Amino acid sequence: MSLVQKIIKRYPEGRHKSALLPILHVAQAEFGGWLSPETMDYVASILNIKPIEVYEVASFYSMYNLQPVGKCVLEVCQTGPCWLRGSDDIIQYISNKLGIQPGETSADGMFTLKVVECLASCGSAPMMQVGNNFIENLSVEKMDDVLKKLRETHNVPSPDYGSPYPVNKA
Amino acid sequence: MGRKLLLKDINVPGIKSFEVYRKQGGYASVEKALKTMSPDAVVEEVKKSGLRGRGGAGFPTGMKWSFIDKKSEKPRYLICNADESEPGTFKDRFLMEYIPHALIEGMIVSSFALGAKTSYIYMRGEFRWIFPILEKAIEEARAAGFLGKNILGSGYDLELYVHSGAGAYICGEETAQIESLEGKRGNPRNKPPFPAIVGLYGCPTVVNNVESIAAVPHILNMGGDEYAKIGIGKSTGTKLISASGHINKPGVYEIELGLPVEEFLNSDEYCGGVWKGRKLKAVIPGGSSVPILPADLFLKNAKGEARLMSYESLADGGFASGSMLGSGGFIVMDETACIVRNLWTFARFYHHESCGQCSPCREGTGWMEKVLHRIEHGHGHMHDIDLLVDVAKKIEGNTICPLGDAAAWPVASAIRHFREEFEYHIKYPEKVMNPKHFEIEPFRSEKNLVMA
Repeated sequence: MSLVQKIIKRYPEGRHKSALLPILHVAQAEFGGWLSPETMDYVASILNIKPIEVYEVASFYSMYNLQPVGKCVLEVCQTGPCWLRGSDDIIQYISNKLGIQPGETSADGMFTLKVVECLASCGSAPMMQVGNNFIENLSVEKMDDVLKKLRETHNVPSPDYGSPYPVNKA
Repeated sequence: MGRKLLLKDINVPGIKSFEVYRKQGGYASVEKALKTMSPDAVVEEVKKSGLRGRGGAGFPTGMKWSFIDKKSEKPRYLICNADESEPGTFKDRFLMEYIPHALIEGMIVSSFALGAKTSYIYMRGEFRWIFPILEKAIEEARAAGFLGKNILGSGYDLELYVHSGAGAYICGEETAQIESLEGKRGNPRNKPPFPAIVGLYGCPTVVNNVESIAAVPHILNMGGDEYAKIGIGKSTGTKLISASGHINKPGVYEIELGLPVEEFLNSDEYCGGVWKGRKLKAVIPGGSSVPILPADLFLKNAKGEARLMSYESLADGGFASGSMLGSGGFIVMDETACIVRNLWTFARFYHHESCGQCSPCREGTGWMEKVLHRIEHGHGHMHDIDLLVDVAKKIEGNTICPLGDAAAWPVASAIRHFREEFEYHIKYPEKVMNPKHFEIEPFRSEKNLVMA
């Protein structure tokens, strides 16, 4: 049974629309880290719902990217508790180092910088999410190393964008 | 003081696995409930325990359970709210990541009490790595006969699934969570009808926080009356506190309710005091939505009595001089923190997270963010301060869900207690141009500084 069918089975008969959020996660992970209109239409056809039902959901939730992203998406938390521990400096540093503003992708297509709101990691602030992982207790001094490592792990033809559901990468 | 329940086995090696958890006495409550108790008797024990919802509102869990419509022929659902998104709160994540079986065990007995045959754990999508942890725990529990058909030969069937959110604070509100679980945008519903009557798929539904559900096995094991003896007054039991900000030891701590706040802040067992030897300026004791308290009012209430970590003591003085225990998101600020800038980050957060259904919240949060941005960046006017108070007042109480109130309270309380600091930003724009202005020269106000 395919992963999508397994997910749909978790909800009662006739309530397959409940699987929309999970399947969008899977689709995003499989189709390059973002949801193109074609991808969303495909998801609509799988669930037998109208495309608008997918668009309105995809545009509501902040984890779905509606624009193409780089191979590695850096989601840096900027809310109060992270700010108290220096998240502004981290965002500024990444921005200067990569020459991109929040929301932009570096010219080499490697990194996308996203600023996000509270990720429930306030006790290990400042932090950022990359794919399935939280990288916590960041400091400006550590950032060069962190970025260097990410450049190694994510500079592959089909990088891992992360998904709560196990996506088999070919 | 200092009783540990939820985290008592946190340091036992391998506690993530079923075998070790079981060896430590895990799943005893499932045996007790399914073999010797009726569902109503379980609800009764939880009522007696005085357990209050750990997600923030503090509504008695047993009472919430008793509202579920049992006359209806429709299936009933239990949803575990694991959408932990309140800034300053990270306790549920800790519990699920390190003792996943505590939640699974709680889900089984709670579902049994409510007569739910299918239950969901709605987890915020960002916790992607916790999904396999919980799914593995569910599989282990199923293999041991604690989930599935005819659990422990009792005739009770239960299926438990983890469901992923996708990044929306509003989905922590119970009706928005139900909408989201149905595959829609997370727009809160009008109430009544309440979810206990018309919830998921139009069926009777209860939504409970992770920590509330994880407390239920302890209540059943020791009995509701015994549980009610832990803590102080109507704040019964233990509570997980997520401590963050300018302290030496940020992290998740389990406290017995009633612990003096000063001990929690300064003791090496907990926060370890304010970092870098600095002075305490302010504390937000229950997550970003609750009123901020200046150091003096945090340590002692307006009558000069030492404050305790309890629902009642932190709320003492109402909104004039008190705050709330909320979700237990304990955010500490030292003398270098700028109250205006912190508030601006919160206003930005609420603006970003407003679902957009109700105009007062959709528009008001945006205006508060804009006005706070200009004050913080040295472009404010004196009348902006009252404008903020006015906007906050017009949001509060005028929205379908409490996100509007949650956005308004921090603004109102920050201006109530730190008005001088807002005025300083407006009077001396050149001094606040540097974002780190109070790190260079802390804002001095005799009123708000006491020795930590």
